[in-house]
Amino acid sequence: MSIDSPAARATRRGFLQSAGALAGTPLIAGHAQAAQPVPEAPPSAPPAALTLRINGQDHALHVEPRVTLLDALRDNLGLTGTKKGCDRGQCGACTVIVNGRRINACLSLAMQHDGDEITTVEGIGQPGRLHPLQAAFIAEDAFQCGYCTPGQICSGVALLDEARRGDCSAVTPDVRRQGATPLGDDEIRERMSGNLCRCGAYANIVRAVRIVARQEGVA
Amino acid sequence: MTPFAYRRAQDVDDAVRLGLAPGAHFLGGGTNLIDLAKGGVVQPLLLVDVSRLPLADVVETADGGVRIGAMARNADVANHPLVRTRHPLLSQALLAGASPQLRNMATVGGNLLQRTRCPYFYDTGFEHCNKRAPGSGCGAVDGINRNHAILGASPACIATHPSDMCVALAALRASVRVRGLRGDRVIPMADFHRLPGDAPQRDTTLAAGELIVGVDLPPDGFAGHAHYLKVRDRASYAFALVSVAAALDLRGGVIQDAALALGGVAHKPWRRPEAEARLAGREPTDAVFGEAADLLLLGARPASQNGFKVTLARRAIVRALQTARAQA
Repeated sequence: MSIDSPAARATRRGFLQSAGALAGTPLIAGHAQAAQPVPEAPPSAPPAALTLRINGQDHALHVEPRVTLLDALRDNLGLTGTKKGCDRGQCGACTVIVNGRRINACLSLAMQHDGDEITTVEGIGQPGRLHPLQAAFIAEDAFQCGYCTPGQICSGVALLDEARRGDCSAVTPDVRRQGATPLGDDEIRERMSGNLCRCGAYANIVRAVRIVARQEGVA
Repeated sequence: MTPFAYRRAQDVDDAVRLGLAPGAHFLGGGTNLIDLAKGGVVQPLLLVDVSRLPLADVVETADGGVRIGAMARNADVANHPLVRTRHPLLSQALLAGASPQLRNMATVGGNLLQRTRCPYFYDTGFEHCNKRAPGSGCGAVDGINRNHAILGASPACIATHPSDMCVALAALRASVRVRGLRGDRVIPMADFHRLPGDAPQRDTTLAAGELIVGVDLPPDGFAGHAHYLKVRDRASYAFALVSVAAALDLRGGVIQDAALALGGVAHKPWRRPEAEARLAGREPTDAVFGEAADLLLLGARPASQNGFKVTLARRAIVRALQTARAQA
């Protein structure tokens, strides 16, 4: 079975989800048996309605104000391609593209995105029709465990758009000069610095981005 | 996060009204506030979302300056042609901060209100932080203080201001436009952030409920010779140990005017007009740069673990000025 086969992913995810549910039951029971006084939860704000346009499709949902965009995607909508790493804006695993801009979904409230156009990794390429950057990540061995990869892919796709638009970075020699900046490895490293990879596949990630940038005439 | 209500402000006056509610916080990009709320450092009762207010434009003003809306995102400001060509120091400073994702979220108004990254403030497991819990003491004074202030600190607080953007704004003599219940006012950058004194819980001179609506940059943006130098523990995506915003108006081999401010060394962007005045009218030699550096660092008092910052800052100031000088 190939790693990007939908059947393989569904089975693995289904297993993890049911295993999680089973594991949760005795814990809850054990907690109740301990007869600890359970502090009364402070009142939470009532859920409010919002619509997120995700990967071209409208999704209506009800969330409490504290729900982040990341949790809404994963828990309310079952779009678990977007990963929760640090949940504090430091690792980039939760990177999604909102209205054409890459952001950290963990530091953004879902309520802030009513009506926004959101692209997650599920909307970038499909099994058998991968985005060139996804294909390059596989060809260049740009991951090991794969947990940071959806964020890396979303970040890389947005990076290519930013470079096409002529955005500069901290390593661009002269910000006063307008126009496209050549995407050398220093530029790619700086522009991908918001995505950590604990397996350390950085060298291959940079190569994958560079190859696609050249293919698409961005570099 | 403790429970809070969420309201989207309909307009600026609506935001100001909502912002006066007990426990209300304005929500811009959320990159700092949501993080603080997750850590329990801030426990808002109401978040007033101001991020969609129509205050995101960057425009030229009648006097030839640049006006930046408070809700403009850091990435958009850094890449705006007016800022890149006229105030490159600000572009460079913005691009030195955070990551591309965070710069796409963070607003100019929010960046001005960014809280310190002092770990004793950030980690509620520590009991002593006068900024988080006034009167509780300062864990950093006798604790881990390698990243802390060397200038303008007080026994109550040795935290630093973490923003890169604000260092450039201070050097460029920007001003902050705010609106409150009693109308609009303009606060020069030099007066916007405070030194800790005995009230480190207050970062700025904003009154309760006042909303930042924009930032004005003066016509002279030091476009010819400007360099933002950030020294940090890794090459990207880290807060500054020391940063320098340095720019020169250089004509006929003589410095006509200079802009100079430091980040990572104090509770606010550190600028002394006397240091800039020392450069004006002189030839841009390394010796003159050294004099300005010494003046800017006068009275530096490091904590137990950050004595290196004094030497580092002096060298960084000279190097930033040299780099600015060398620009064509």
